[in-house]
Amino acid sequence: MGDAVSVSTETLTGAAELRRFLHGLPGVDQVGAEERAARLATRSIKTSAKAYAIDLAISMVDLTTLEGADTPGKVRALCAKAAHPDPADASVPKVAAICVYSDLVAEAVRALEGTGVGVASVATAFPSGRAPLEAKLADTRRAVADGASEIDMVIDRGAFLSGDFQKVFEEIAAIKAECGEVHLKVILETGELVTYDNVRRASWLAMLAGADFIKTSTGKVSPAATLPVTLVMLEAVRDFRARTGRQVGVKPAGGIRTTKDAIKYLVLVNETAGPDWLSPEWFRLGASSVLNDLLMQRRKLTTGVYAGPDYFTLD
Amino acid sequence: MFEYAPAPESRDIVDIKPSYGLFIDGEFADAEHSFKTVNPATEEVLAEVSEAGAADVDRAVAAARRAYDMVWSKMAGGERAKYLFRIARLIQERSRELAVLESIDNGKPIRESRDVDLPLVAAHFFYYAGWADKLEYAVADPRPLGVAGQVIPWNFPLLMLAWKIAPALACGNTVVLKPAETTPLTALAFADICRQADLPPGVVNIITGAGQTGRALVEHDGVDKVAFTGSTDVGRQIARSVAGTPKRLTLELGGKAANVVFDDAPLDQAVEGIVNGIFFNQGHVCCAGSRLLVQESIAEELLDRLKTRMATLRVGDPLDKNTDIGAINSAAQLNKIRMLSDIGEQEGATRWSPPCELPDRGFWFAPTLFTDVAQSHRIAQDEIFGPVLSVLTFRTPQEAVEKANNTPYGLSAGVWTDKGSRILWMAQRLRAGVVWANTFNKFDPASPFGGYKESGFGREGGRHGLEAYLR
Repeated sequence: MGDAVSVSTETLTGAAELRRFLHGLPGVDQVGAEERAARLATRSIKTSAKAYAIDLAISMVDLTTLEGADTPGKVRALCAKAAHPDPADASVPKVAAICVYSDLVAEAVRALEGTGVGVASVATAFPSGRAPLEAKLADTRRAVADGASEIDMVIDRGAFLSGDFQKVFEEIAAIKAECGEVHLKVILETGELVTYDNVRRASWLAMLAGADFIKTSTGKVSPAATLPVTLVMLEAVRDFRARTGRQVGVKPAGGIRTTKDAIKYLVLVNETAGPDWLSPEWFRLGASSVLNDLLMQRRKLTTGVYAGPDYFTLD
Repeated sequence: MFEYAPAPESRDIVDIKPSYGLFIDGEFADAEHSFKTVNPATEEVLAEVSEAGAADVDRAVAAARRAYDMVWSKMAGGERAKYLFRIARLIQERSRELAVLESIDNGKPIRESRDVDLPLVAAHFFYYAGWADKLEYAVADPRPLGVAGQVIPWNFPLLMLAWKIAPALACGNTVVLKPAETTPLTALAFADICRQADLPPGVVNIITGAGQTGRALVEHDGVDKVAFTGSTDVGRQIARSVAGTPKRLTLELGGKAANVVFDDAPLDQAVEGIVNGIFFNQGHVCCAGSRLLVQESIAEELLDRLKTRMATLRVGDPLDKNTDIGAINSAAQLNKIRMLSDIGEQEGATRWSPPCELPDRGFWFAPTLFTDVAQSHRIAQDEIFGPVLSVLTFRTPQEAVEKANNTPYGLSAGVWTDKGSRILWMAQRLRAGVVWANTFNKFDPASPFGGYKESGFGREGGRHGLEAYLR
């Protein structure tokens, strides 16, 4: 990639060209990538660094509920939590956004009005992505119309795995057109892509097609986000910016439950993509239970004692 | 900015005594003379350590001989194994203490002594404990050699001790071991572990001292086997002194390993491998990947990535858990690294280091990269034994092999490519004892290690490692 070939949607029109480009990306050695992620996970983040990391992590949370049993009441409760994660302590930052199914966007937008918390809607036949393009577009259109500030779409993994990169590309581009100014996060569902080579290719594919963010997982497939997968995606956004000048965000989602987990991701960002990505604008944590653990650790740092789980609201 | 606050590992777990004697025949005894060992990160004196003279060496060899004749050579392999297993478990139990002590005396980052050195030390004892009662499956009619005189270097003090002592004891030999003069403390802690394990007196003797002591040990008539790890110069002297005697000899000496990166390599992992290859343990590694051979078509991009990565290396307090590069082990070594780096500049190579603040006290050297290096430059030929990488380029696989082999050394090499057939093609042609594929500086007790040409002879580790201690 040392040459000065500019990469843009204009230069990669044909399916064959797209395929050639994605297969020309440097490979990922599985053992090496996992080793690097594991080594970064041994960083010891203490005292002032920990306090900084906890507040940063809270501000990056996409507080998520994606259940068939979701109700407007449940979503309102979550919105209250998102705007004031710890009602007893006003210095706790608000989270970045809440993340809901598209039919609950309007409810969330109402509840969050004036708080500055974003509303992200999953769309495009989440989580499987198995629906006709018209349905996916309609899903997206409705969420945008209802006031979603971010769309979390899923890619067509079937098309990707069968080598039809062009179809995936066009679908992302079509959804992006539907989004307009609304931020588009593209979920790669890395647990179904399996190899890191695939993760790297899917990352580039999504970025080339116009993604504002690339996101690991729906949370419905195991494994969800892992450190090495996120490492590979962070390398991809770093290289993409070096090559095109455009910065793309990263969102690991699913399986991030403890403050320790969250801090490991921040270290990964800091030492892979770099400090430019250390803000909610460029890095998000898709999670729900992690928030209470972050609040608990935060209170431990400020007061010196642990408060029990009953001192933090379950929403 | 996400600044990592200091995260120092506590020193409280180690108890450094003001002075240490020699460990001979199961007892600590002071020698007539002594020397100081310092913390290379602070230059603080850690302890006074006895310097073994000729008479002390005599006593140690005699104790080892007695233990060999009376106890150890007669003991069933299964019984020897019990002692080795016990030692391995004690090392695990005391691993935090040993890791902190190693970092204080040697200067290596605690992350490495904790995550690499100590686990490998214990693994080595476990591995050879398992062989002790199965030697006839390794060689026909296995018989021990007798007393082994072992001299080890300062770069991996406890690990090199394990590489030497574990196979020797498993095979039924007794040992007199001399640790390096700048890093004696973990060997002395190991002596304490031998006592804790109730190892019969005289089976392991630790004598501290400098070159004189080492020479007296190597040249002692009562020694049946000499094992040395260290510089090629000293190895040559030892080979001369042992020539014409019945002593058996193994030498593990220097290296100037090539790390060969092809254009189809997994680049991000290759960058990690290059960093691991040369900056691991401050580059104080005989098998360090000190020559980077990169295919010309990707040289520029790879170097960009490497420089970006090097800028994230954290240099400083070895006891901080986030430190990647610790202190240079001694003033003498620091001078050597400085001298060779200056020569590199004078010869016309381009020197680069990331901006990094070095502590005021102690011995420090920033991670350094040389580009525009020619094969004839001294920095491409001499072992620097520091965090200094020389970058050369090649165009074809044939050229890569020629350049990689064009060195008097032959300890290790690395190959980075996504193409399996090329890995095999390279491995067949590289004259190096160890060839790593898509990784570097990876060790395992089951895997033999050793060199070609001026990197020495004999193998340590694995089944091959037993042969050096059996007749």
